[in-house]
Amino acid sequence: MKKVVKLMLLVAVVFGAWSFTTTDKLMDNGYKIGDVVADFKLENIDGKMVSMADFKEAKGFIITFTCNTCPYAVAYEDRVEALNKMYASKGYPVIAIMPNNVEVKPGDNMEAMQERAKEKGFTFPYLMDKGQLVYPKFGATKTPHMYVVEKTKKGNVVKYIGAIDDNYQDADAVKNKYVEAAVNALLKGQEVEVKETKAIGCSIKV
Amino acid sequence: MKLYLVLLIVCFSACKQKDVAKVKAEPITKTEESKIEAIDLTVYNFNELEPLLNIKDDKIYVINFWATWCAPCIKELPYFETLNKEYKSKNVEVILVSLDFPKQYDTKLKPFIVKHKLESKIVVLDDVDSNTWIPKVDKDWSGAIPTTIIYNKNKRAFYEKSFDLEELKIELNKFLN
Repeated sequence: MKKVVKLMLLVAVVFGAWSFTTTDKLMDNGYKIGDVVADFKLENIDGKMVSMADFKEAKGFIITFTCNTCPYAVAYEDRVEALNKMYASKGYPVIAIMPNNVEVKPGDNMEAMQERAKEKGFTFPYLMDKGQLVYPKFGATKTPHMYVVEKTKKGNVVKYIGAIDDNYQDADAVKNKYVEAAVNALLKGQEVEVKETKAIGCSIKV
Repeated sequence: MKLYLVLLIVCFSACKQKDVAKVKAEPITKTEESKIEAIDLTVYNFNELEPLLNIKDDKIYVINFWATWCAPCIKELPYFETLNKEYKSKNVEVILVSLDFPKQYDTKLKPFIVKHKLESKIVVLDDVDSNTWIPKVDKDWSGAIPTTIIYNKNKRAFYEKSFDLEELKIELNKFLN
């Protein structure tokens, strides 16, 4: 009998520890500031595969997880395009990745992505996270979700995570342009001041 | 390949049409129209909302952050309505915090409230400085919705996830016992 109790206790302890580690893991998932980002190879709307390694001249990247169907992502489309126009030539091109499951959100499928990019005249790659394997590595939870990475000797290092700016409703009323500030600092060889921000977004559809 | 593409497009537009049809199938009636007009939305900035997240009485509060444009939010909304009905007598209050865009209050949010006969308390949060207030709701919140908080004066739980009814009841029951 004692043995049974002991065994049950053991099971409880092991199970308890296991459940703790899973939650911890869930909380700690994804890249933090200072982490090196693994490169990806994803299909662009033009059918070509795109990796960060393809951009030989780049000093870094403005990576955004975005989609067609989230109003917050849509509200920021023009501002993402503006970022690419402003920073691609300076060495920080935008790479947009669509992380949603297209079975759940057909409005985010490849055709819809192509259509949207054409409508809006996107000049940056708009990649499909096919199989949804890339966004979990980043720890992206929503669209839009931005990462600024700097190309260094050890790889592409995360320097900023969060929102583009502090006003999704009105681009003219923005007070803090977080991504711009981060990239500007990196271009000057300075430390990024605001490294992480929070913003409302649409949960990534799995 | 071409045929496949055409088929895809047909399927896609058909799906789209179905959605439109669904909306059209339920035109807004005169009574609904007057109900929509009668809705007086409570719109808060975060400072005004914050007290609702920290009420220290004997009730259990279920706070759900949602929006009409958020598909998984809409899917789980009926479960929160069910909680509100079934657990009212057990001192549970559901508060639905809408994050709809101000320009859609009249065109989307109010019609939605009437169409779906929402009975839970609804407040609207209009505060663009989300970087300031999101961490005040919960330090672990990334900002994705749906998100739910269940709390009473003694404890608090935070869920950045979608719920089904059974799960929601399990979580609520942790506060009831």
